Amino acid sequence: MASQAHVETLALREQFDTEAQQKDASTLGMWIFLITEIMFFGGMFLAYTVYRGAFPMVFAVASSSLALILGAVNTVVLLCSSFTMVLAVRAAQLGQQRAIILFLILTLLLGGVFLGVKAYEWKDKFEEHHIPGPTFHLEGVATDQQGHAQLFFSLYFAMTGLHALHMVIGVGILTFLIFQTRKGRYTADYMTPVDVAGLYWHFVDIIWIFLFPLLYLIDRHMK
Amino acid sequence: MITAAVQEREHYLNASYGIKSWLLTKDHKRIGLLYLATITLFFFLGGAFATLIRIELLTPQGGLVSSETYNKLFTMHGVAMVFFFLIPSIPASLGNFFLPMMIGARDLAFPRINLLSWYLLVIGGLFSLFAMLAGGVDTGWTFYTPYSTTYSNTWVIATALGIFVAGFSSILTGLNFIVTVHTMRAPGMTWFRLPLFVWANYATALIQVLGTPVLAVTIVLLFCERVFHIGIFDPVLGGDPVLFQHLFWFYSHPAVYIMVLPAMGVVSELISTFSRKPIFGYRIVACSSLAIAVLGFLVWGHHLFVSTQSVYAGMVFSFLSYFVAIPSAIKVFNWTATLYKGSISYATPMLYAFGFIGLFTIGGLTGLFVACLGIDVHVTDTYFVVAHFHYIMVGGTIMAYMGGLHYWWPKMTGRMYPEAWAKLSALVIFLGFNLTFFPQFILGYLGMPRRYHVYPEEFQILHVLSTAGASVLAVGYAIPMMYFIWSLRYGKLAPANPWGATGLEWQTASPPPAHNFEETPVVTHEAYDYSTVIGEVIEVG
Ligand code: HEM
Ligand SMILES: [Cu+2]
Repeated sequence: MASQAHVETLALREQFDTEAQQKDASTLGMWIFLITEIMFFGGMFLAYTVYRGAFPMVFAVASSSLALILGAVNTVVLLCSSFTMVLAVRAAQLGQQRAIILFLILTLLLGGVFLGVKAYEWKDKFEEHHIPGPTFHLEGVATDQQGHAQLFFSLYFAMTGLHALHMVIGVGILTFLIFQTRKGRYTADYMTPVDVAGLYWHFVDIIWIFLFPLLYLIDRHMK
Repeated sequence: MITAAVQEREHYLNASYGIKSWLLTKDHKRIGLLYLATITLFFFLGGAFATLIRIELLTPQGGLVSSETYNKLFTMHGVAMVFFFLIPSIPASLGNFFLPMMIGARDLAFPRINLLSWYLLVIGGLFSLFAMLAGGVDTGWTFYTPYSTTYSNTWVIATALGIFVAGFSSILTGLNFIVTVHTMRAPGMTWFRLPLFVWANYATALIQVLGTPVLAVTIVLLFCERVFHIGIFDPVLGGDPVLFQHLFWFYSHPAVYIMVLPAMGVVSELISTFSRKPIFGYRIVACSSLAIAVLGFLVWGHHLFVSTQSVYAGMVFSFLSYFVAIPSAIKVFNWTATLYKGSISYATPMLYAFGFIGLFTIGGLTGLFVACLGIDVHVTDTYFVVAHFHYIMVGGTIMAYMGGLHYWWPKMTGRMYPEAWAKLSALVIFLGFNLTFFPQFILGYLGMPRRYHVYPEEFQILHVLSTAGASVLAVGYAIPMMYFIWSLRYGKLAPANPWGATGLEWQTASPPPAHNFEETPVVTHEAYDYSTVIGEVIEVG
């Protein structure tokens, strides 16, 4: 095996000996990155756990003021987007350029719908004075517990905000992939970027699967 | 001997020229050197703050600077040293340079991400530097709430953002190392043939990848709290300031192992090379690195013994802290066992390795003192704790870092450093270090609190000793700085393997070609098998 680097291509960067090695490295890299993401979100989930444990009743009331229908719709939208992402990866494996582009665009649109609904929800919160700050007020919570309710909304905004930021980054990645696919960069032999982008998209999806029940569904049966 | 023809051979330093060839390089060796330069700057910046602190503490009245300024000095000393020097130090400079070579690879798995991570460190550093120049920050390197979120009027946000960005540099380095060790090993390089330096950096990378994101999210929450008053750490709204301490130490205790594990890896290389024996109990030493990485995540509560943590939690954390000392002790015992009947040479790197073992042992044992609930209530927040962690971070990590620099300098630059000067400065550093920090154990035990600049007169003599030691230490660090630079031009030309060491990095020319090896090495022996060494060994005084 000669150490002299071969001519560099996208499918085989000069530091690698074989395409399989490069694909292994990229995939492992993405998985490790996702683990760091779990730890990153983990800090917020920890804060959520601590304060929900401390103020269970207020959190239940605050949670039931969220728009359940919109949250549920968004959950379905995201699940569908994961499905179209899988189809895009599949198309990439088969080397079907047009299908890759089609499914990536679908995924992109569904992601856009999610972000739109989210923005609408946030706007509502603004109008209802549910934004943490001096004007914060939540109906049905005693005055001395408004602060605890505000904590719920702080966590709500921090967690959904961070999630939305990841969605925006995901949309950026999808757009990049669409342009690259149009240039014919991906073939059945080399589609690692589509593959690892898929991993990222599913991860962002899964975060939402946790956020939705934790934020929207606390003690719904109490009502 | 080296002929002129060999001298003009192409290698990674002369493969291309110009500032762009450095700032856009994807070569892990060049990036290692970029890191080396960057962290050296931060080391001297942190050193400048330390100098001012020590001068201030010469007299008990605290006359030189105001209390506010003093708070800023120790904060900026800690921030520069911990986040911009110690955390990146060995992995990002020596690790970057040698980890791929030691496993027989041409580069790291993701060279562009590697370059990106250097830029992130620089950007984070500039943020923090800006904060320091604009007026500084005074919360301590620990940023405890509610002071940092509500009361401090200094540049908390800019500094914290700098640390946030630098954190991603650390994450990306860790990610790169893990993937590289998994996928880029040369044929025959099995896991249990990896040099212990690689094992140590691998374990460090695990901590970087698992711990640093938690620091990042903590800084995000701190930011939200300070800017938007969201209440997470604010008792007025039902939040809890101590939650910050839990999150912070969940990263920062493991982070102390980010600082010391790579140092242990360096020492394993040095001890083996300069006693010409394989490391005693190689597999156990390798696995103890992993054990430290795992156990290190379970002991953060020993920083909260007096922070409203329940007594029972305290007892569990105390117990677990004793546990984490076991793998560290295993290493120390195995190094000493390696020395037994070894053919020991006292070259400069070995002197540093000896320094490390002695000082790390003191630092680690005093770690057990402070991990003991009853004793800690007495010495917490005193100079005893300051001495404890300086014995490990300066006496341990920086000793090993200096040892590693001397050991690999010939490989990195193709030049030898002057041995006599190097020995002298190693000695000066060792003496200066102990004179600086040993009195601090006594000071702390007698009750001198940390982070105060006005103190009772009876403590002055110990403080004067400490400041005197710091001056000696400063001289000790200045000498290598000068002869390293001198050696770049005037040092003796280095052969490929000046120490007769076994690692793959020594089986290629000094300095190495751009792609490290003329031919991908095939590994057929265990690590540290001295029967295989070829190459000349030069006499070192
Ligand atoms: C042998 C295992 C170790 C044990 C059991 C241990 C234990 C402790 C304990 C209990 C404290 C808290 C003392 C207090 O605040 O009252 C402490 C502080 C500290 N230790 Fe260690 N330690 C160990 C190793 C290390 C290592 C390897 C490092 C660094 C490389 C380190 C760096 C620090 C630092 C920086 C602090 C002070 C943090 C601060 O409050 O500013 N320790 N250690
Ligand atoms: Cu600790």
